[in-house]
Amino acid sequence: MMKAKLFVTLGAVALMAGSAAAQEKLKVGIVVTLSGPSAVLGQQARDGFNLAVKQMGGKLGGLDTEVIVVDDELKPDVAVNKVKGLVERDQVNFVVGPIFSNVLQAIHKPVVDSNAFLISPNAGTSNFAGPQCNPNFFVTSYQNDQVHEVLGKTAQDKGYKRLFLLAPNYQAGKDSLAGVKRHFKGEIVGEVYTPLGQLDFSAELAQIAAAKPDAVFAFMPGGMGVNLVRQYRQAGLANIPFLSAFTVDESTLPAQKEAAIGFFGGANWAPDMKNPQNEAFVKAYEAAYNSVPGTYAMQAYDAALLIDAAIKSAGGKLSDKNALRAGLKKADFQSLRGNFKIGVNGYPIQDFYLVQVVQRPDGKFATSLREKVFSDYVDVYAKDCKPSN
Amino acid sequence: MIMRREILPLSIFGALAVLPLLGSFGSDAFILSIVARVMIFAIAALSLDLILGYGALVSFGHAAFLGIGAYAVGILSAHGIREAAIQIPVALFVSALFALVTGAISLRTKGIYFIMITLAFGQMAYFFGVSLAAYGGDDGMTLPGRSLFFGYDIAASERAFYFLVFAFLVVVYAACRTLVISRFGRVIRGARENAQRMEAIGFSLFSYQLTIYVIAGTLCGLAGFLLANQTEFVSPAYMTWQRSGELIVMVLLGGLGSLNGAILGAAAFLLLEEGLSHLTEYWKLYFGPFLVLVVLFARGGLMGGFKRLTGTGDGR
Amino acid sequence: MSLTLLYVQTLNGLQLGVLLFLIAAGLTLVFGVMDFVNLAHGVQYMIGAYLAAMFTALTGNFFFGLALALPCALLFGLLLEFFIFRHLYARDHLDQVLATFGIILTLNQAVKVIWGAAPLSVPIPEIFSGSVVLMPGLLYPVWRLVIIASGLAIALLLGLLVTKTRIGMLVRAGATNAPMVSALGVDIGRLFMIVFGFGAMLAGFAGAMVAPILSVEPGMGDNLLILTFVVIVIGGIGSIRGAFIAALLVGLVDTLGRSFGPSILRAFLDPAAASQTGRALAPMLIYILMAAVLFFRPAGLFPAKK
Repeated sequence: MMKAKLFVTLGAVALMAGSAAAQEKLKVGIVVTLSGPSAVLGQQARDGFNLAVKQMGGKLGGLDTEVIVVDDELKPDVAVNKVKGLVERDQVNFVVGPIFSNVLQAIHKPVVDSNAFLISPNAGTSNFAGPQCNPNFFVTSYQNDQVHEVLGKTAQDKGYKRLFLLAPNYQAGKDSLAGVKRHFKGEIVGEVYTPLGQLDFSAELAQIAAAKPDAVFAFMPGGMGVNLVRQYRQAGLANIPFLSAFTVDESTLPAQKEAAIGFFGGANWAPDMKNPQNEAFVKAYEAAYNSVPGTYAMQAYDAALLIDAAIKSAGGKLSDKNALRAGLKKADFQSLRGNFKIGVNGYPIQDFYLVQVVQRPDGKFATSLREKVFSDYVDVYAKDCKPSN
Repeated sequence: MIMRREILPLSIFGALAVLPLLGSFGSDAFILSIVARVMIFAIAALSLDLILGYGALVSFGHAAFLGIGAYAVGILSAHGIREAAIQIPVALFVSALFALVTGAISLRTKGIYFIMITLAFGQMAYFFGVSLAAYGGDDGMTLPGRSLFFGYDIAASERAFYFLVFAFLVVVYAACRTLVISRFGRVIRGARENAQRMEAIGFSLFSYQLTIYVIAGTLCGLAGFLLANQTEFVSPAYMTWQRSGELIVMVLLGGLGSLNGAILGAAAFLLLEEGLSHLTEYWKLYFGPFLVLVVLFARGGLMGGFKRLTGTGDGR
Repeated sequence: MSLTLLYVQTLNGLQLGVLLFLIAAGLTLVFGVMDFVNLAHGVQYMIGAYLAAMFTALTGNFFFGLALALPCALLFGLLLEFFIFRHLYARDHLDQVLATFGIILTLNQAVKVIWGAAPLSVPIPEIFSGSVVLMPGLLYPVWRLVIIASGLAIALLLGLLVTKTRIGMLVRAGATNAPMVSALGVDIGRLFMIVFGFGAMLAGFAGAMVAPILSVEPGMGDNLLILTFVVIVIGGIGSIRGAFIAALLVGLVDTLGRSFGPSILRAFLDPAAASQTGRALAPMLIYILMAAVLFFRPAGLFPAKK
């Protein structure tokens, strides 16, 4: 009884303090996963965003910026309540997040229906790219399918006839394999969905060996990917080309180390992309956080640049939502990945590349650009987004 | 004497009823939605306390009913049926059915085996929810809006929804109270004290326990219906074993076998979670030891502490 | 579906079973002898893995790392027992669940604070880093065979300890009727401490052995914990023999079910439906197995208490 009263009182005080300061500065809420096995992804996004704010002197769009970081714990209903706290109690102007698709499904409505804009630095589900697109929702990563399509097209272009598919048994896994099959016209000799969180792939590796495919495509994010890659090599299967999405990236490479060398991935960027703003970013990130940045950090950094550009184009007037929206759509900034535009559905139009894992001279592991697979690629759902939405 | 016992529940419900009327603080939508969430989990904790506290049946799959109630809303809404007058009976019926079937099987076991088999059924419900690709699978799905009550979109207002949940809480509390002090309740409590004696006197425990298991499951299904409305989102994450564990923690925090305790426990757990997570990213580092200390030193949870403070305890 | 593939998947299932046994053995003893629900057993597995990773990185040699990690895991387990668990033996199971749940929260977070959130990897020790050819195109790391061998050796050792030594007899007696053992004059507190420490060390050993194959990350023990409880419930609380058989059973059912389930279903359903059903059923298989066992034997296969 006493405890409940105390907290309600504390909440009241916080509320009154918060509403007084809302006008002067910019408030951005970051909602990412900071606990559990996937915490490293949320940390990269948070660090990438904070680096951008720091480099611009604590200001975005010329306004003093307060960044509030919130952990969604990969629980959609917890995320909903925390996001409601951000938009209603803290009165943030932008919500940046989340990492995971299921959290996006939960927080999309509360944010876009409120006074804030939602900018996702990672999750890009198909429903919000098409029929359910919303003018208050922007994405600085990609539409989820697109990365998987890169590998499907690669397999097709390289002449592989028999492909083995592997993904975890959840929505993103199913979307992944659907994306691969969009451009690959050969034979699928195996399509296996593993339980989410499975760490030992000996059974699946035996199936791969028995099927003798021309190449393997795997979507195994996080700790699952760390294990799959190491066990793939231990099982002596490395002579079968390993195509993947989100399986060999800067978040998993520190644990995969040599086992991942030579494996392929698909991405809209790699740390060794040659342009001045990216080279500066990678150097600054590594100096600050002692690890190689991945797309999670890059996209969050770009989200900060996007907000900065939008506020500048609206003349610093946070209350003018229409001007902010126009500024977000214009996306008039130098993206770290070079070519970058926002499409009609709020999702990016950008280039995609095949990347390969290498060991750098300094001993760290990173992905490296190999060839461009798609240019100015619009996602396949954009045509279902009607402007009236 | 009667009046003294009623002070606590009257205070709790009084405070909850008055909150939305407290000027600007009370009309803050965010505060209302937090407290509404607390009340919804209070209903779930009450339902669990029936079997856990009063019946000494440790169910580790109780969150499955939250999911069943929520998916009743989700699936019906996806097919255009947003009327609560249809959704609530469906939620209650399916929850009761699931409780009947799983209870009949589980109650054949005792102790840790009962815990594990209820866990197993909870997991099966969870994986079933994950496999429902048409309804979002593990991504879950957003609802078009809150349920309509006899065609009226009254729940859309945060304040109206708050009072709706409050009304349900009062009804559930009253129902549990009546159940617990009835003859039926006394048989259940007797079984908790000494099952052999109850059987010897001639009570067929199985049917009593199954009945209260079904009632508990049904009430939790109602909480699920309300939860789906509060977040306007449905997902299998409502049914994980960790969630079942959290429900048990809420009941334990408040004090086993106390209806007021169930409400207080839910409130303490959720408000602590909300409050602590603002202070630090590593709040679980502090919440963990807090739980351990509560168990070691605050016997009987919050209600136990409260009873000791006000001298109404029996010295335990 | 070739016979070779069947043999290979059986071997994989056995390896999973052996790993489950290593963890379940400690848990079933603690539960059986001390009637203590230790949800924190999974974090003891995780701590073993982290300690092995840390010491291997420090000493450059896995076996030195293991030799250092095991006593540390034992010490850590004993510290937990002395300061926290000891006070919970007399309490009911729910209090124990709550307290050990709190420990899980704390340790999962603490591990992240100390070692970071990103997964760690441990290299396979040089001598065992080879592979055997299991079937054309598939190599099986020798280290996995080492895990199976060590698991079987421990099973044998435990079996001998429990049936042929005095302390083993006390453990079995304690699992059947602890108050009686205490009444007969045995220092039950010391017995509990030995049982708990040993169980913690076994879990830590499992974590250390598995570290070169699986990634070491916060929360790695949580999913295994549920599986372990399933194993000891199927096997019967307090029985090493039950834990061994149940662990192998669960390992085989889970692995074979996942690998061959969809193919078997294809005999009855069309490919798309078979795949869909297979995917939905696969994670449920062991729970269905447990429910089925409990339906016919409500106290597990080989319960220690009659």
